[in-house]
Amino acid sequence: MSTETKTDLDIDRSVGDFRYEMDYAYDAGVGLTEATIDYISDVKGDPDWVRAFRKEGYRKFLEKPMPTNWATKDLDNIVFENIRYYLAQGQQASRSWDDVPAEMKETFERLGIPEQERKFLAGVEAQFDSEAAYSNIKAAVGEQGVIFVGSTEGLKEHPEIFKKWFGKVIPSGDNKFSALNSAVFSGGSFIYVPPGVKVKHPLQAYFRINAQNFGQFERTLIIADEGAEVTYMEGCTAPKFETATLHSAVVELVALKGAKIQYITVQNWSSNVFNLVTKRGLAHEDAEIKWIDCNIGSRLTMKYPGVVMKGKGARGEVVSIALAGDGQHQDTGAKMIHAADNTTSNIISKSISLGTGRSTYRGMVHVPKHLKGCKNNTECNALLINSHSRTDTYPAISVRGQGNAVQHEASVSQISAEQIFYMQQRGLSEAAAMSLAVNGFVNDLVQQFPMEYSVELKRLIDLEMEGSVG
Amino acid sequence: MTLTELSEIKVAAIAESGVTSEAPVPAANWPEWFRRDQQAAWADFLSIPEPKRTDEPWRFANLKALDLSDYTEASEVENEEALVARSTGFENIAAKLIFANEKLIQGETAGLPEGVLLLPLEQAAREHEVLFKKHFMSTPVRLGSKKFAALHRARLRTGAFLFVPKGVVVERPIEIWHWVSGENAAIFPHTLIVLDDGASATVIDRFVSASGERSLAIAVNDLTLGVASRLSYVGVQDWSRKTTAFHLNTTEVEKNSTSTALQMNFGGSYIRGESDSHLLGEGSRSVMLSINPADKTREIDQRTFQDHFSPRATSDLLYHNALADASRTIFAGLIKVEEGAHETDAYQKVRNLMLSDEAEANSMPGLEILADNVRCTHGATSGELNEDELFYMLARGIRPEQAAQLIVRGFFGTVLERLENPTLEEQLGLILDRKLNL
Repeated sequence: MSTETKTDLDIDRSVGDFRYEMDYAYDAGVGLTEATIDYISDVKGDPDWVRAFRKEGYRKFLEKPMPTNWATKDLDNIVFENIRYYLAQGQQASRSWDDVPAEMKETFERLGIPEQERKFLAGVEAQFDSEAAYSNIKAAVGEQGVIFVGSTEGLKEHPEIFKKWFGKVIPSGDNKFSALNSAVFSGGSFIYVPPGVKVKHPLQAYFRINAQNFGQFERTLIIADEGAEVTYMEGCTAPKFETATLHSAVVELVALKGAKIQYITVQNWSSNVFNLVTKRGLAHEDAEIKWIDCNIGSRLTMKYPGVVMKGKGARGEVVSIALAGDGQHQDTGAKMIHAADNTTSNIISKSISLGTGRSTYRGMVHVPKHLKGCKNNTECNALLINSHSRTDTYPAISVRGQGNAVQHEASVSQISAEQIFYMQQRGLSEAAAMSLAVNGFVNDLVQQFPMEYSVELKRLIDLEMEGSVG
Repeated sequence: MTLTELSEIKVAAIAESGVTSEAPVPAANWPEWFRRDQQAAWADFLSIPEPKRTDEPWRFANLKALDLSDYTEASEVENEEALVARSTGFENIAAKLIFANEKLIQGETAGLPEGVLLLPLEQAAREHEVLFKKHFMSTPVRLGSKKFAALHRARLRTGAFLFVPKGVVVERPIEIWHWVSGENAAIFPHTLIVLDDGASATVIDRFVSASGERSLAIAVNDLTLGVASRLSYVGVQDWSRKTTAFHLNTTEVEKNSTSTALQMNFGGSYIRGESDSHLLGEGSRSVMLSINPADKTREIDQRTFQDHFSPRATSDLLYHNALADASRTIFAGLIKVEEGAHETDAYQKVRNLMLSDEAEANSMPGLEILADNVRCTHGATSGELNEDELFYMLARGIRPEQAAQLIVRGFFGTVLERLENPTLEEQLGLILDRKLNL
């Protein structure tokens, strides 16, 4: 189908496209220097080791070049001096929505967070700019010994578990943006699930950027002890500003022997957000880490969730859906590092490019020497809607030695004219037919999301597709 | 002469004619304008920076192999007759050129149809200046080896030039031999092929070392196909085990023409291959094939580009690597569909057969699609010998080593079939059998 573009991408964003004037009690000002880091550390009352960790991250951030030798030149449009690195109303997240400041509460009410919490979540954390405004966990879950708090509270209240894994899965010098996050991180979740505890309902975090020129740098650490199971979901929105906003998170997952972690993201940032996120999990013996990732919003997303399969029989999986509309670049993918025998990994990626949108898959699969019985399967499918849409695939696969099986398949296609014709014959409009075809393309992946999310996803895709045929 | 004196002389000789340190002496037999061109290329070589680890076109590559400082200009060979006698390849060929150390030592062109030109490059530059200038290294080197292509351009002394005029079909293959001889000798083989509209030809490039000596070869081939022409090109690379070699290709395919190119890599210690196909015309087709039996500590590093500029063109890439011992392969391929190249059909597949625990295969199959209504697929697989097939053969009394070789032979055979040329397939199959000791 060679159709010209006429997409209206703002429709679905109206949900998140509002903001409140806030008087922030804590503001680190504009730009990043060592003084900014000291300010953040002072305000948050960081222990000395955290302050040192931040400074080390800052040094590495300055040292590291922009990865524009392989990544898009659009990164050069981020002006680090113009960003506000820390904005907060208070330091302590409220346990009850009644104690949340009115504007923040209203923000989250409009986004439907408290309602969802009542309906189907085991715990919620809601972050407003730099700090969590609300954090609560259902009593029954808390009684099982599950810890679900913000990263600041986690490092202060549970240093014995926190320190052991913090920065271990993703060293601060992993890349320029993980270094930046290490320097100025604030907010994010700390979760610990004790041995054998299976958290039935998902825990959720919601990230909201409210202020212009603001950079959000949350840091999440999830540890599932032996045999534990947990599902974590995150959502995010921001109003549409005139200038670009930066979101650069670091998420570390640790699944100990036999544990299972599912991490679900529905990213719907407004189309001026640079979303540069580092996510990686460490899977011990027989553990399983699964990233379910959906990227619909942002100007540029660079995100390659990874799993390091450290223990025998560990399993890693990435399921990824990306929708790149006009002016958007979804640069997503996966990293699978096999580091023990009989580890298996699976990557399924589907992307849709419409209008002038560009979707990119980047993958890395690594099977080092002397491992046996490792398996990887990678499938990437890209769908192009308009003649100016673009899609790229850049996998890198390294295999050493025999006794392992690795396969990668990718294809690029478009909606077949026959399909559309068939549906139109049966009385559907062309737009409805397109929408149906696109939903069909991603349907098998959408079903992997929890019910509430998959319904929402279908609606988002419908809206994004609206007006794309003309 | 004492031993110390001998070694001093050797050191002096290296310093004098090092191919990367000493400016080339202007080539005799070449027109003045080409000599100036070579000087400019030398300046380019000096100014282009060395590849770095962070350069994407050199990802995974072993950059140590790129130190070319101790290679020297190849001097004329003394045993020309012996090399001519050893240049026995295909049966029933139309023509044969034999080059040794940058010099044409024999040419048989009597079997060519009228109007076909098969000349040493310098003669083509003198007598067919327009044609030469239009096609000689006329497209920029885009896959990483810009610096080494500049060195090639600055230092080459001769090469093969083939021009097939409009509508002329050269039925039988043309065979071109490139010999290198001498310790640390460097040569710069070049094959320039221009097919006019409706023309057709088959060309076999043979790359051989006179002995097991260490040497450097930077080979370039430019393949230009006019409208509705057909070219089959095969490079049979059999350098010594100590040779560092670059094989840089550019193919330009015009409307409704078909290029089928196969590179077989049997020799060398470090091989860098770059194949850049430009699908310029509607309905053009480029088939890119490679057969790579890798063993010992050899490294075969191949980068490819299938660049679709026009609608309804087809490209089809199939690379098979069999990795034994501590060998290493790198495959980085890109299919690019430029804006407006609708209804493109592009395919890319690399298969790695792992025969040892020490071997390492790196695959980077890439896609960049800027047009819609395309069908582009790529795949990369890494696996080991099929246990069932092995068992089947062992049950029939075939020895394990031979059974493995037979499977490898079959694995490569599927690539040969893609030539869709039974005669070529048979003759190249014989070379393959010999190389695999079957």
